[in-house]
Amino acid sequence: MKIAVASGKGGTGKTTVAVNMALSVDFPVTLVDADVEEPNGIFFLPLTLEKSGDVSIREPVVNSSRCTSCGACAKACRFNAIAITPKGAMIFPELCHACGGCFMACREGAITERERVIGALSQGKAGNLTFIQGELNVGEALAPPVIREAKKRAEEASLIIIDSPPGTACPMVAAVGDADFVLLVTEPTPFGLNDLKLAVETVRTLSRPFGVVINRDGIGDEGVRDYCAREGIEIVGSVPDDRAVAEHYSRGIPAVVLSPDYKALFKEILRKAKEGISSKEDL
Amino acid sequence: MKIALTAREKNIDTEMDPRFGRAPFFVVYDTEWGSYSFIDNEQNLNAAQGAGVQAAQNVVKTGADVLITGSCGPKAFRVLQTSGIDIVVGASGSIKEVIELYNKGELKAAQGPDVEGHWV
Repeated sequence: MKIAVASGKGGTGKTTVAVNMALSVDFPVTLVDADVEEPNGIFFLPLTLEKSGDVSIREPVVNSSRCTSCGACAKACRFNAIAITPKGAMIFPELCHACGGCFMACREGAITERERVIGALSQGKAGNLTFIQGELNVGEALAPPVIREAKKRAEEASLIIIDSPPGTACPMVAAVGDADFVLLVTEPTPFGLNDLKLAVETVRTLSRPFGVVINRDGIGDEGVRDYCAREGIEIVGSVPDDRAVAEHYSRGIPAVVLSPDYKALFKEILRKAKEGISSKEDL
Repeated sequence: MKIALTAREKNIDTEMDPRFGRAPFFVVYDTEWGSYSFIDNEQNLNAAQGAGVQAAQNVVKTGADVLITGSCGPKAFRVLQTSGIDIVVGASGSIKEVIELYNKGELKAAQGPDVEGHWV
């Protein structure tokens, strides 16, 4: 089963929740850091990462001696990545999503594809925990292929926790799209609520069962709780606003190491997420 | 010779649009005939990405020799330059006035893009 930890807003505590849940149990668990633009789960884990592979995409290349500037490739491109000039088709790799459409549309055989490495996967193990990290290379924009490959490496595992990228755009959808349950982490502030609503809209569109985790509970206002009550959304856990947690975090020490209470708290969040999946399966 | 400008409205007495990729219209002035034609750039207004690239494509299709606009980013610049189109940036005023300025030789072609490209 796959449990994704996500949020509309960045910095709400996704990694905190994902890492601490993974460290709170004694049975085998695989943690995937799918926040490939800034993977930081490793900072809190007692293990060494080893590179386990590259992630590449197939990028189109124009052979200008064969190109007739007919425009079929530009017409096929849904990403505005191709312009037709009198000197042939011009491709902008930074806009390309590597869909292969232009390659298929070209009748002149003027477009070939070449592999381009855009990211890397690495892996590590500590006791019952397997950790898989995807990392997008600096300067690259296409996160979803790296996220998909990182998740693929975890496929065999019985329990997978996915630390998702923030926001509600393609990278977040690639991370949570096939999750059995999504934990949406938020702060109890107007800003947190605004972005929580966007994330709720996204996971509802994706038809994923989900629950909310309130982090830094005690600050802000009652807005998030009122909203969840109104919308019939279950709050599956809350993590108190605790300076000791923040201080340990800044030194790379997860809350579960700090006290057994935190271990119990995160274990309970994980249990509820699993329960959320099985109650769904009962229906 | 054909001069393309970015336009907010289909009216040569109104202010030109300083934006390139997301300008609603292009106006093309044909110096030989003294005629104006307007080209729709509407499809690019809400493009998630690549508005500059496709706007440049639209200008290339008009057969213009020069483009006059407010700002032009690096991708659009490459498309226009490769197509042999001169690019004038930093222009402002009504479409009519700007064309007059250009004809008097007061607007010079840019050597490179004047703004950074931007992501979605």
